[in-house]
Order: sequence, then C-alpha cells, then structure tokens
Amino acid sequence: MSSYRIQGATGEWEVVIGLEVHAQVTSKAKLFSGASTAFGAEPNTQVSLVDAAMPGMLPVPNRECIRQAVRTGMALNAVINKWSRFDRKNYFYADLPQGYQISQLYHPLVGEGVIEVSLDEKDPEAEIKQIGVERIHVEQDAGKLMHDQHPTRSYVDLNRSGVALMEIVSRPDMRSPAEAGAYLTKLRSILRYVGSCDGNMDQGSMRADVNVSVRKPGEELGTRTETKNVNSVRFVMAAIEHEAMRQVDVLESGSKIVQETRLFDPDKGETRSMRSKEEAHDYRYFPDPDLLPLVLDDAFLDECRATLPELPDAKRRRYETDLGLPAYNAAVLTAEAETARWFEALLAESARIQKKGEAEVAKAASNWLISELFGALNRLGKDIEHSPVSPEQGAELLGLVADGTISGSIAKQVLEIMLETGDAPGKIVEDKGLKQTSDTGAIEAEIAKVLEANQDKVAEYRGGKDKLFGFFVGQTMKAMQGKANPQVVNELLKKALG
Amino acid sequence: MVAEVASSASVARTRFAVAQPARTVLAASAMSVTKETVARVANLARIALTEEELERLAPELDNIIGWVEQLGEVDTANVEPTTAVIPNTLRLREDVVTDGDCRDDVLANAPQAEHGFFAVPKVIE
Amino acid sequence: MTELTDLGVRALRDGIRGGEFSAREVADAYTDQVSRAKELNAFLVETPDHALAAAKAADDARAKGDTLAPLAGVPLGIKDLFCTKGVEATAGSHILEGFKPPYESSVSQRLWDAGAGMLGKLNMDQFAMGSSNETSAFGNVKSPWRRSDGGNAVLTPGGSSGGSSAAVAARLCPAATGTDTGGSIRQPASFTGISGIKPTYGRCSRWGVIAFASSLDQAGAMARDVTDCAILLEQMAGFDPKDATSLDAPVPNWEAGLSSDLKGKRIGVPKEYRMDGMPAEIEALWQQGIDWVKDAGAEVLEVSLPHTKYALPAYYIIAPAEASSNLARYDGVRYGQRDLPDGANLQEMYAATRDHGFGDEVKRRVIIGTYVLSAGFYDAYYTQAQKVRTLIARDFDMAWQDCDLLLTPTAPSAAFGLGEKSDDPIAMYLNDVFTVPSSLAGLPAMSVPGGLDKQGLPLGLQVIGKAMDEQGVLNAGLALEERAGFRARPEAWW
Repeated sequence: MSSYRIQGATGEWEVVIGLEVHAQVTSKAKLFSGASTAFGAEPNTQVSLVDAAMPGMLPVPNRECIRQAVRTGMALNAVINKWSRFDRKNYFYADLPQGYQISQLYHPLVGEGVIEVSLDEKDPEAEIKQIGVERIHVEQDAGKLMHDQHPTRSYVDLNRSGVALMEIVSRPDMRSPAEAGAYLTKLRSILRYVGSCDGNMDQGSMRADVNVSVRKPGEELGTRTETKNVNSVRFVMAAIEHEAMRQVDVLESGSKIVQETRLFDPDKGETRSMRSKEEAHDYRYFPDPDLLPLVLDDAFLDECRATLPELPDAKRRRYETDLGLPAYNAAVLTAEAETARWFEALLAESARIQKKGEAEVAKAASNWLISELFGALNRLGKDIEHSPVSPEQGAELLGLVADGTISGSIAKQVLEIMLETGDAPGKIVEDKGLKQTSDTGAIEAEIAKVLEANQDKVAEYRGGKDKLFGFFVGQTMKAMQGKANPQVVNELLKKALG
Repeated sequence: MVAEVASSASVARTRFAVAQPARTVLAASAMSVTKETVARVANLARIALTEEELERLAPELDNIIGWVEQLGEVDTANVEPTTAVIPNTLRLREDVVTDGDCRDDVLANAPQAEHGFFAVPKVIE
Repeated sequence: MTELTDLGVRALRDGIRGGEFSAREVADAYTDQVSRAKELNAFLVETPDHALAAAKAADDARAKGDTLAPLAGVPLGIKDLFCTKGVEATAGSHILEGFKPPYESSVSQRLWDAGAGMLGKLNMDQFAMGSSNETSAFGNVKSPWRRSDGGNAVLTPGGSSGGSSAAVAARLCPAATGTDTGGSIRQPASFTGISGIKPTYGRCSRWGVIAFASSLDQAGAMARDVTDCAILLEQMAGFDPKDATSLDAPVPNWEAGLSSDLKGKRIGVPKEYRMDGMPAEIEALWQQGIDWVKDAGAEVLEVSLPHTKYALPAYYIIAPAEASSNLARYDGVRYGQRDLPDGANLQEMYAATRDHGFGDEVKRRVIIGTYVLSAGFYDAYYTQAQKVRTLIARDFDMAWQDCDLLLTPTAPSAAFGLGEKSDDPIAMYLNDVFTVPSSLAGLPAMSVPGGLDKQGLPLGLQVIGKAMDEQGVLNAGLALEERAGFRARPEAWW
C-alpha cells in the first residue's frame, strides 16, 4: 500500500478523508413535482407551484428517482432499506423556498456499501482498496442565487429547486488525495454505468463535500473541516492537499483546528473559511408529515436488480479472463461505460466480419481502440460518444488489416481519412488505391533499385550487420508507397540479399 | 444552556422509569425556558422579537413547556413513534413532466420580482 | 314562502332541481345576507360574482333540461385556509395579506365541479391556531349568539373555523367548509349550535389547503344539520394523487346511507372524559345523549381510553413542531408581506417579516415547535410525543374491540366571552380536550347540537367513529339530532 504522509516539522502526518458526493439523479421530472429537470432553461421556467413552496402545495415522490437510487445502492453492494422515510432539514436561505430541504436523516433508502478502487493504473489488481460507503439518501436540490446582476440585490432562480439528488456518504476510509481521486472517479464510473447520474461535474450534476482531518499515524481522529461543493476530481485532490497542509501548519503552530465549513478556490488552489455561514446550525430534522413511510416491495427491488448492467469491475475481469486482454487494456476499456459499449460493438462486428470468435479478435481490436482511435480523438478533442467513426466502420477497417487488404501503416492513413470525411474504410482504400500488393514482380523491381542505390549498406549487411535488414524493408515499403505486403517484402528481400 | 440539556435528559430518563412521579420532571425543569432560550430559538425560527415580546413570551413558553413535559411520565418503552395515523404507505408518481412553464404564476405574488427572478437583499457568500 | 336563507343544503338543492325557486334567487338571498352581516366579521372577502356565476350555470342547465350537478346552485362559505384561484387567501394572517393564489385547492375545486358557488372567504384563527377566533389578524368573528342574561357580551364563535360556524349559524350561508387540526370544526360547531364533521385523516385532500400541522389537518363540512354535512362532505372527499397522504378509497354515498336506527350498535362512553371540574350542564347533556342513543336502539357501555390526559400535551408538541416547519415558507420572498428595514440583510428581512407578519399565537407555537425540535430536545419531546400518539391510537383500537362508536361532549364548556381566556394559553388549549385525541388518531368525528345551557347557549355532543366509518358517525349524529330536536337559533342583532 502506498502511504501518503505529510512531512511536518514535528514528524509525519496522516490524512483522513471522507467524501459526501451529491449526484443529480437522472430523471425527466423533479423529485417531488412534475417540473422538468432539463439543464439551462430560462430562469424560473422549470418551476412548479410545489417547487416555489406556494401555500398548501404538497410533495409527491417520483418513482424513477427512488428506483435509480436503489439501483445505485445495489451497484455498490449496499443494504437496501425496504422501509425508509423522508425527513425535513430546516434552515432559512433564499435558495430554499420551503424553509426546509426534504432529505433523509433517520431512515435512509440505502445503507452500508462498498466501492473498490485500484491505485495502480497499469495493474488494476495490484493495489486494491475497499472504501466503505456509509449510506445513500435521496434529497431535493436547492435553487440558485445570482449575485452579479444587481448592485444591491441577489436574484433567485428556482429551476434547480426540487431536482433529485443522491447523497452518497463515504466512510472516512481514504488516506491520500490519490485515493480520494480514485474513489470519486470510480463512483462516477459506476453511476454512469448504472445510468443513475450523468456525472457531468462541470454542469454540477456531481459535486463533493470533502471532509479532511490530519493526525499523527496511529493516533485518534483529528478535528475535521468540510470543504463544500468541489466540482472536479482534480479540484477534490487539490483541495485535500491544500487543506491537509493547512491543518498541519495550524497544529504545528500550536493552534487548534476549528470544525467548520470551507470553500475551495480553484484559481488560488486553496480552501478558505465560509465566515458568512459560520453561525451554528440546528437543522431540527424531523419526519416530513406530508410524506408517509416509503415501503418497497420485492417486485420493485427485483426490477431494480434485473435492470442493472454489468458493472466495471466485473466487466474488467471478464475482459481479462474471457477475452484474454492485458490488464491495462481491460482497465482502460471498462473505466467508462461509453468506452466499454463502443468496444463491445466493435468486438461483435469484428468477430462477425472476420468470422472468428470475439476472444480471437479482442486483442487487436482493443489495441487499435486504445492506441489509434483514442489518440485520434484526443487530437480532435472529442470523446468516444462523439467519435466521427462508428464501431462498425472501425470493425471494417480492422477487417481490412486482418485479411491483408491493407497494412497496419496504411490503416493509420485510412483512419485519418475516415475521421475527416466519414467515408467507409473499404471505399477509401478503393478510391485511393491503397490495397497492398503481393505482386512479386513489382516488389522485386523495387528491391533491385533499393539494393542498387545502397550498395555500401548491402556490403555491410553481408558482412554481418543483420540489423540493416529493417532498413531495406523500410526503403522497399517506402518505394512501394506502403502498399506492399510486408511478409512478401521480407521473403523477397531475404532472397535478394542471399 | 447546560441546565436545559440536563433537564431534557431527565425527561428522557423518566420514560424508562414509570414509577417516578411526574413532579420530579416538572421540578427539575423549573424555569427551563429562559429569556435567553427564547431569544435563541426565536432566532432559529427567524422571528425578530422585541425585548418586551421576549419578557412576555418567556414565562408563557416556560409554562407551556412545563405542561407538556408531563409526557415524560408515560412509559413508552417498546412503543414505536407514530409514522402514519391511518395505515397507509407512500405512493410514487411516474417520471413524467407535467408541470412548470408557469413563470407568471410563480412570480405573480412576489413582493419583488425582476427579469424573471425573485429579488432579495444582496447575499454575500 | 319561507325565507330562502332558512333553507339548508338539501332543501336548496332539491328546490332548485324541482324548480321551486331559481338558483339566482338563492344566490341573491344569501349574498344579500352576507352583505348585511358585516358586524359579525365572518367574511374576509365576499365573492358574490362567484356565487352568481354558479347560480347562472345551474339555472341554465335546468333550462336546457340537463341533469343538475350534486350541489348545483348551492352557495357556500369557504374557510380562508383554502386557496381559491384569484381570490385572496390569507389564513387569517397579515403575512399573507394580498396573496391571490394562482390555483384552486382540490377540495374547493371538487365543490365547484359539483356546481356549488362561493359566497366568500371565511375569517378564522390565524393559520388555524386558536380556539376562539381571537388570533385572526383581521379582527375576531363575533358569534351570532348572545347569552340570555340580556347582556351584550360578545361571545366567541369558537375556532379556528369561527367564521364558518358563525356564518352558518347566522344563516349567511347554508353550509361552509372548515378544517380541523385538533377540534377546529367540532368545537366551533358546538359553540354555535350547528353540525360539523371531520372525516378520517386522508379523506379530503390537503392540496391547496394552507398547512398548519400536516399530520393532523383535515378538511370537513359544517352545516345546519347532519344530512347537509353528509351531502357536503360527499362532494369534498375523494382520492387526490397530488396529496401523498390522501386515502385511495371510494367515497360512499353517505347521504343515501343515512339511518338513525342504531339497533345493534354498541356505543362506548370513555370514562376518562369525565374530567374533574366539568360543568354539571355538560355532564347532564352527555347523560341525555346516552339516553338518546339508547332510545335509537344502541347498546351503551363504558370504555377506557387510558392515555386521554396525555393527548393535549402530545398535541401541543406535535402540532407546533409541524407548524414551525410548515410556516418557514412565509419569508417575504415569493408571496405575501415583506418587511425590509433599511439596510437589512436577507436574514434580517426574514426575521422582521415574520415578526410583523405573524400574530402572537402563531409566534408562540412556532417558537414552541422550534424549541421541541432543536438539538438535544428532539427525542425527549417530539419522539416521545409521537410514541404517546401511538398509545392514544392504540387506546381507540382497544375500545373498538368492545364498541362501534364513542359518545362524548364536544367541548368542556359553552362559548365564552371574547377576551375571557386570551391571557392564558393553556386554559385556551384545554378547550380541545375532547376533540384532540381523535385528531391524533386520525379518526372521523362530528359534533351535533344537543341543547342549550342555562344561559341559552348551544352545547354539542361528539360522536367518534372507527377509521373510514363516517357513515356510522353520521348515523349516530342523525339519531341524536332527531331526538334533541334542536331548533334554537340566534336572534339577528347584527
């Protein structure tokens, strides 16, 4: 296990981290009202009278939000509580129209679960850590305050008010920024696999409250601070790093850590105290009398379980054992649901075209996807969901390489053209005359010219400098504009060089 | 504050000690609701009470709280709190957009609405 | 011809159907009564146009030969706790002054769908918190009743549905909606010599009814007799998917099911309701009620509800706790009054708005509710109160093993004079001692007039039934009504 330690003046310090992740549940309508959850609408247009907390308005829960939270719990191997309740968390703020947030304190929907994180990218099984999940509960999001539109007023937009969130609370099991980063990345991956949250951190669909404390290794837990609403994996890691350092400095200077809420400033890369919210909170939680206990029956739970997809860990292991992929490839391909989906489509189509088993074509397909397509998409700044090349086109291209129609290097050229034009690879090869040739006469003629032009190297080769063979292959291929069958070139060259 | 916590704890304890007369509870909590308590609670409830209101309310509330504390004498061991008065469980609605797109209605009664927003005094976060 | 305003819901409905008079004549007669009774302060808003429109619809339908809706042309008073589209709804509080809901409560919508019209919005205790109507921000309602001592002491019409009770008793409307959280329909009905029923919790939708205490609030009917209560409640009740606590059960045809024959019914008399210091007249009326139900064929037996004395304290934890949260939305941001002192920040605006907008009793209860929910107190107060509530409900369940209905007085006294109890909150709270236990248990209960006390003021008897047995409650009420022969009505002095 890697052990992350902060080297202070008084010795080593250990960091203890817990994350509370707020994930927006994927649903069309809000948790307790029929208003839309779509992002980016005009202010206050996606607000029902319930969301605006008009007098006498009542909440009725959205089945899909409950279902998605249950499926998420199942994906984390968590206890699903068949009996749960909604509670009110009471406080006054302009983004909270009811004067309370409907949440779950006493009886959350989902209990204890676990997330497994890999700390070694190259070898996912080498360093695995189990991070405990304490609970998942469902709650309403608040509205939004705008401070920059008027010199003396803040403006309230309730479009987000009432959107369903899952709060996923980890145990304080993480000990380094890297572990927290891996946890958050893995959690996001699972949510996207399950389809319960889109994981768009830049749109606020996922944000984390980061609890950090430091202690001397082996000592009792220290006082923690909570840094609110950090909205990227990178920022979470940076916030932990800064906050842990700050705490060590405070403690080593003889002061105490104040249990408080802090904000992360991404521009400065530091956390600061939210003095305006320092006032002691007393949320007066109590069961929401507008909502009865939520009781889930077996049919509901069975449906939730039946619709769970294969999850990233299971998929990764299957890729390794059933498809024989290297651990690294399997990890890369399963990290994101979209990638795995793309890869599996590519695999199925490749197997069909090449009339082989998936395991036989998997390695070449995975290598091509990871090194060729990912590289190309990276240059284009696109993710796989928006790839200009479809899995079917990719499979066709791989098929052309496999049956010897084109060489690997020509395949790279063809891919570039595919990305530009969107044309099918077969058509490109045809139009541009890129088919590789096994015409021995043509190749022999080019070999003769190459040997003629490089007599000194021929002499060196014949004198025992075997390494020069590659040079002759390269020259010949170049002369053939890459279209020669490399095997044939090899054979003919060996013969010619005798 | 410390005295209050102690008195509430004694209320809690008597739940498991039925034989204990209610008087003990009431005596222990004598004048538990002070003016300072009312001021603190009123602040939590965002009600700006004047000094006179505090003077008047404190003994009244103390009296009421003292009166309700007789509940402490009821043995409720092994009794579940009521969750639904009439046996009934929560119905769930389908995930369909049926509402919203009624900004005029939402803003119609606002003391101050501008540019499609509710307006409040500037909040410094 | 009798005065149209002497007619109740059934007589008006049948008369309009039979063409004895037009709905327009009814609406005119009642709107005229309303406009001449300002002294009672029962109406906060008068809506003659609404009543006239419903009357026109009824008369037009009849002219065309269409079948008339169940309440076609019947004008009603609506308690101001119900949100009514485009008509100011204040819940009797300054904080909601000027608020015109852009929506109609489910219950009032059902009534309009049944052809009824609205005469206006009825005054009430602020946010339904009160038993005398003195907590209204718009002046108390005066009871149409006066003591027979010849004095002019102004009496309470009861609360919180005091505008409703006064308006029905004074013949300003044939019937009215009320809401009952701990007795707010039954106690004012008792004080004004009318009938009022609170159905099983969940029968009437709470959607669009301004919330006081969500687990207790229940709308119901107030009218001059039991039959009218049955007719009105039948139209108010019904499943509403917009209220998660609404009962998904068919509404029986209560009017058709009415029968005052109580043969085979066992009626329990809870011994714990015989409280120390209960006025002899109340005691005597109760005995009279027992004799009446026996006369109607019922078997009467004594039962025990051992946790009765804890009902009020439990109620005064649970209801304020829920209220403290339900009333948090009145913050001066989205509707109602805003008080923004110079230079005030957001939180100061909230505090000023709520200090000036809420009346004393509301503040008292919000602060009590906040206190009992605050850190370190929650279990000792709120959880304990909800456990006691379980025991109170269990008491009723035990009683139902021996009997079908319970008979009790509605209130421990007749109407008192305004100002007589307003200085002592607990004395005021004790008014609800007989009505609160059934509220905590969510049971249907009604008050019917039994007689007059020696000062000539009405006294009510309460019937409590099993959950969903409104029919049993109404039938026992009808049996009492027939035998009581209550005909007294207040002289018009207003």
